[in-house]
Amino acid sequence: MAFITANWNPLGEAFYRKIELYEMGWSLRDGLKECLVAAAPYGGPIALLRQPQRPSSSARPQLEIYSSSGVNMASFPWKSGPVRQLGWTVCDDLLCIQEDGTVLIYDLFGAFKRHFSMGNEVVQNQVLEAKVFHSPYGTGVAIVTGASRFTLATNIDDLKLRRLPEVPGLQGAPSCWAVLTQDRQTKVLLANGADLYILDNTSCTPVTPPGLSPQACSIVNMAVSFSYKYLALFTDSGHLWMGSANFKDKLSEVDTKVRTPPKQMVWCRRPKSQQPSVVIMWDRLLLVAGECTDTIQYTLDEESVCVAELDGVRIVGGSRHELLQEVPSACQDIFKIASMAPGALLLEAHKEYEKSSQKADEYLREIKEQSVLGEAVRQCVEAAGYEHEPETQKTLLRAASFGKCFLSNYPPEPFVSMCRDLKVLNSVRDYTVGIPLTHTQYKQMTVQVLIDRLVYRKLYPLAIEICRYLKTPEYQGVSRVLKHWACCKVQQKEEPDESIAHAVSVKLGEAAGISYSEIAARAYECGRTELAIKLLEFEPRSGEQVPLLLKMKRSQLALSKAIESGDTDLVYTVVTYLKNEMNRGDFFMTLRNQPVALSLYRQFCKHQEQDTLKDLFNQDDDHQELGNFYVKASYKEKKLEARLSLLQSAVDEYNKARNEFAAKATEEEMKLLRFQRRLDEEKGEALLGLSLQETLHALLTSNFHKQAEQLYRDFRVPDKRYWWLKLTALAEKDDWEEMEKFAKSKKSPIGYLPFVEVCVKQHNKYEAKKYVSKVTPEQKVKAHLAIGDLEGAAEAAIERRSEGEISTVLSRCSPTTDRALLERLNRARSTAAKK
Amino acid sequence: MAHSVRRDAPELPDFSLLKRLARDQLIYLLEQLPGRKDLFIEADLMSPLDRIANVITLKQHDVDKLYKVEYKPIVSTSDQLCFLIRPRIKTVKWICDVVNTDKAFGRFRRYKIIFSPQKFYACENLLEEQGIFGDVTTDEWSFYLLPLDDDIISLELPEFFRDNFLEGDQRWVRTAGSALHLLHSVYGPFSKVYGIGRCSKMAYESWREQVEEGEQRARQAEIGNVFLIDRDVDLVTPLCSQVVYEGLVDDIFRIKCGCVEFGPDVTSSDKSIKVMLNSQDKVFNEIRNEHFSQVFGFLSQKARNLQTAYDKRSGMDIKQMKTFVSEELKGLKQEHRLLSLHIGASESMMKKKTKQDFQELLKTEHSLLEGFEIRECISYIEEHINRQVSMVESMRLLCLLSLTENGLLPKDYRSLKAQFLQSYGIDHLLTFSNLKQLGLLVEQQPGETLTVMESRVGKLVNDKTAGKLTDAFSSLSKKSNFRALGRRLNLVPKSDEEYDLRVPRDMAYIFSGAYIPLSCKLIEQVLERDGWTGLEEVTRMLNGHEFAVTAGSNGSDARVKTDSQRIILVMFLGGCTFSEISALRFLGREKGLKFIVVTTAITNSARLLESMLDNHA
Repeated sequence: MAFITANWNPLGEAFYRKIELYEMGWSLRDGLKECLVAAAPYGGPIALLRQPQRPSSSARPQLEIYSSSGVNMASFPWKSGPVRQLGWTVCDDLLCIQEDGTVLIYDLFGAFKRHFSMGNEVVQNQVLEAKVFHSPYGTGVAIVTGASRFTLATNIDDLKLRRLPEVPGLQGAPSCWAVLTQDRQTKVLLANGADLYILDNTSCTPVTPPGLSPQACSIVNMAVSFSYKYLALFTDSGHLWMGSANFKDKLSEVDTKVRTPPKQMVWCRRPKSQQPSVVIMWDRLLLVAGECTDTIQYTLDEESVCVAELDGVRIVGGSRHELLQEVPSACQDIFKIASMAPGALLLEAHKEYEKSSQKADEYLREIKEQSVLGEAVRQCVEAAGYEHEPETQKTLLRAASFGKCFLSNYPPEPFVSMCRDLKVLNSVRDYTVGIPLTHTQYKQMTVQVLIDRLVYRKLYPLAIEICRYLKTPEYQGVSRVLKHWACCKVQQKEEPDESIAHAVSVKLGEAAGISYSEIAARAYECGRTELAIKLLEFEPRSGEQVPLLLKMKRSQLALSKAIESGDTDLVYTVVTYLKNEMNRGDFFMTLRNQPVALSLYRQFCKHQEQDTLKDLFNQDDDHQELGNFYVKASYKEKKLEARLSLLQSAVDEYNKARNEFAAKATEEEMKLLRFQRRLDEEKGEALLGLSLQETLHALLTSNFHKQAEQLYRDFRVPDKRYWWLKLTALAEKDDWEEMEKFAKSKKSPIGYLPFVEVCVKQHNKYEAKKYVSKVTPEQKVKAHLAIGDLEGAAEAAIERRSEGEISTVLSRCSPTTDRALLERLNRARSTAAKK
Repeated sequence: MAHSVRRDAPELPDFSLLKRLARDQLIYLLEQLPGRKDLFIEADLMSPLDRIANVITLKQHDVDKLYKVEYKPIVSTSDQLCFLIRPRIKTVKWICDVVNTDKAFGRFRRYKIIFSPQKFYACENLLEEQGIFGDVTTDEWSFYLLPLDDDIISLELPEFFRDNFLEGDQRWVRTAGSALHLLHSVYGPFSKVYGIGRCSKMAYESWREQVEEGEQRARQAEIGNVFLIDRDVDLVTPLCSQVVYEGLVDDIFRIKCGCVEFGPDVTSSDKSIKVMLNSQDKVFNEIRNEHFSQVFGFLSQKARNLQTAYDKRSGMDIKQMKTFVSEELKGLKQEHRLLSLHIGASESMMKKKTKQDFQELLKTEHSLLEGFEIRECISYIEEHINRQVSMVESMRLLCLLSLTENGLLPKDYRSLKAQFLQSYGIDHLLTFSNLKQLGLLVEQQPGETLTVMESRVGKLVNDKTAGKLTDAFSSLSKKSNFRALGRRLNLVPKSDEEYDLRVPRDMAYIFSGAYIPLSCKLIEQVLERDGWTGLEEVTRMLNGHEFAVTAGSNGSDARVKTDSQRIILVMFLGGCTFSEISALRFLGREKGLKFIVVTTAITNSARLLESMLDNHA
């Protein structure tokens, strides 16, 4: 503990410290000499491309991928063209930019994923230099060609190449350059001798940094900060200029007194930096220069590479991996020698408390007197986050927890979440995992991304444990990890389908929101169709199964799955697919076994392909439906002959379907149509298409009694119907004479009440009366009432001694006019009731 | 009037939110095609659209001219055409023709198709086949639910019934699921879901799937339980003549999208008036659920009250008069107008319905429901057909006969069918084929002449055993089993008791005390039993597919009897009638519940049967 400030170096007001993160696990014979190195920020992986010792055509360079702790993850001889630059994407993919402008993408384990080209022009002119950069839009690539032209791709996942305008007077590569992201635009800043230019999509603008000392005649190196807000320039006179990237302000200018061009230069800042600085690296020297005139100098004993981070700089060497950063103010307050900050006092109090010394009380009292205990706890918690050593973290957290005891309403969240975060961080910082994240970086990158990174490294158990520990919702946490695991699992070629499917289902069984179809799709991509089908069985949402099954040409299965899903769109998708893929016969046979699909297809055919519908019925020998089909078709047909022939086909089909009734009805319809045509031709009536009833009615109203009579016999129209028909037709014509004749022609099968009613309907009470006497006794009351003859009705009702009928008549009597009648009825009713 | 509302009846959720959501989305979609455009609207979307966004709103969003889709070449000069349609092949085909005609004339326009409530792959496929997929943009207006009233929400999909139950085309099931999902996400979470019927089950599953895919938000539930029911579970009820005021208005004047057009005979002027029929109409609100025989009495009482209110004026001084005019008069005038309208409507209905024919029709219906004097009923139907009273009515009676009698005897079936064809034309051969497929009108197969068997057995043994035997027989066939159901659920009250329609004692009042609608009875029973236990026999007769699921929320919540727990959402797949809604309102008053009816469309016997016709297609 006492030595915590041992590695602190002052720079102006602030301190800088260099912490060792790892002793590298790799064993590199020549360190990082003659290597192309790319290390990803946020504690990402490191890629090395080792040039062969003797440049000969046979010797291949070796590409190696390590974790930040130097654990080998992949290593293979490089068989492609010469590589200019390596870089990492935000998803931990390795980009290898070749001289000819081809960019090859590998995953963390050296498996080739895909490639793209930076344009045709590059093939001739070659890539001189290349840079990989990150922006809110993703990972980008910038190159400068032999023709001194820049080409940019802002996002390699959505590749759009932009060729930037020419830079006046530039020959070959510029002396130094960098990529900037400003105002949602990606630009290139370059130096050609002493001249600085900003290149954007359309123009090349010369710029001058304010207050750059005039001695310089060339800018030899430049660095842009992590946030693209600050810029540092190094001139051949050994001056370091620092300012804002938009050239509005100058922060400072430091004379480093070293005139050799540096090997690497990076910004070293942190959020709320007191003393932002630039780290400059030469062969044997590492120099930290801030706003003040002081500098810190470290000697380097091996070839190293600097990696800019959000809150510091990592220095990767052949044997060590270190983090150089400004000491956060919370740590400074607590650990600075003789600090009287609340946190420092609390730490001291806790120490005494552990020793069971009463001094603890004194310290506490002192803090409480200033009423800064809350502040003290906060400081300790915060500082714990900045410390790398678990021991130091613990000490600080214990002190915080101790201090918390004396506070009544201190919110527990910061403390608890810090403990949690640190537990996660310590586990990923572990040598075997090798992700040296700081707390600040972790917060910036979010848990989601950290889980992704662990998944890319195939550290599934750790990822799941972290998800469970942090109680991440299953959908975003455990399930997601399991899905990746399963996708990885299905690619294991040596295991049999059965065991993989089993393993996957056992592991994934309980997890929510897993898409088996995605896993199956991956299996199919790897050429394991059978496995894919097995996996799809686990997919609960049929909708997800269908597209893949179709892709795998399992159309039958796809069809039944689609039907299961109840989503007709899906069924239809499969049906259309099948229609195009299969011959007609097979297609129909397939549908035949799937009523849902069949009815859907029929529905479609009804609107679109009438003939197909017929074929469909034919195939099924569905004569009933075929008959219906022809009948329907006949109504659309205007010409009578065609219509009759369609109906004849219908008759045939109905006969085949043993539907004699329909066949006979259709035959009669044909007969009727012929009859109607004849009559239309002979008499000029417009009967065609009317129903039998309508035809009869039309004939009767037009006085074609003979023809009506014929129809009545030919079609065996029931007597009742015919009588009704004739009766109404005659009444409508007011042909009372004919009606009387008709009534007398023979005994009416419908009785005579209808005669009365029909007459009344035509407002002819006179005629109606003629028939009242003929009405049967049961209906007499009704008949009398119909013609408004109350007396008669009463008479009939009393005669029949029916209580109900008497009441009916009663209800029609009015008490004023029919008093006598009322009395009579009432009397009759009471006698009827007595009986 | 006669019904006192229980004081603790829960408040219904505010469904106007659904309208707002739909309107906002429509406006957004219209703005996706910037600039002036002509809008073509599918005919049956016009009324629903009018309830969401009126012409002024549309004009505000750059709609120039409005056209109805008429399947004819268009006469529009606009450079941008927008089509608001149902996802039907016929309409899409027409649009393809429009676009291709334009192409042939070398005319360049921008086209946008907005499908409501969703698009189907088949439609897009058609666009592709016709080679215009690239020329049009498509969008979905997820306008699933139109609130017709405080407690009625309609999907406005009248074709649902035919498509789903006759054609076996399940494309709308998912739509129903989505509609339920919408309700769930806005007013949920539901605590329990009951249902019966294949389609209900599928809709339920589709909904569950959507719930699982989407994100869950914990919120205050405004709806407690949900009941899903297929229309084909109970086909008898919609085929009965409606005698409750609202149902009767629908049967006679046809309520369209909550709006009815009263002709000159009602308004007693030479103009027709369109009236919105909902709870905003105070007069209507009080009579809508009443048996028709009670309505006149109520209206005259109301008229007297109104007169008294007017009469107050006589004794007033100037000051009082002033307040009267400013506060009450407007309300009174309004009420006056509505009252005279409804009196007009009642009179017109009286004229049509109190006649002998109607009484006899009702008598026949009731006999069918009770299973008495079937012979007389058949000859009545025969006469009905012979006299060509009305095609749909004849068909309705035939179907009712078949449903209640478990099919027609072969002899009757043939003769009635032959007479029907002679009367109304042979093209109904296809209609009969449809009715048969749906089980609405079938022929008894030899060996299952149930009524005959039943009556024979009935003579030999006592009633109870006969009932059991009947059940055993009916389980063999997949027919309507109406008699057995009626007995088990006590759907047909004993006819010898006098039924006082002024003070209804059960839901049977909506059919003059002759029959309790099966659908509503099922709902009542299931809610009472909190599931289907004890109803196994019934569900077996209804072909099963029943379910009761505790949805999502944990058990402890469900036990809390909050107000929202007493709000029940009933979803009819395939349509429901106003009578059923009235019955549910009655049930709600009795039990202190509130029912919200969601239906694919408001239906009645005429609509149901017209959808079975095949001669116009």
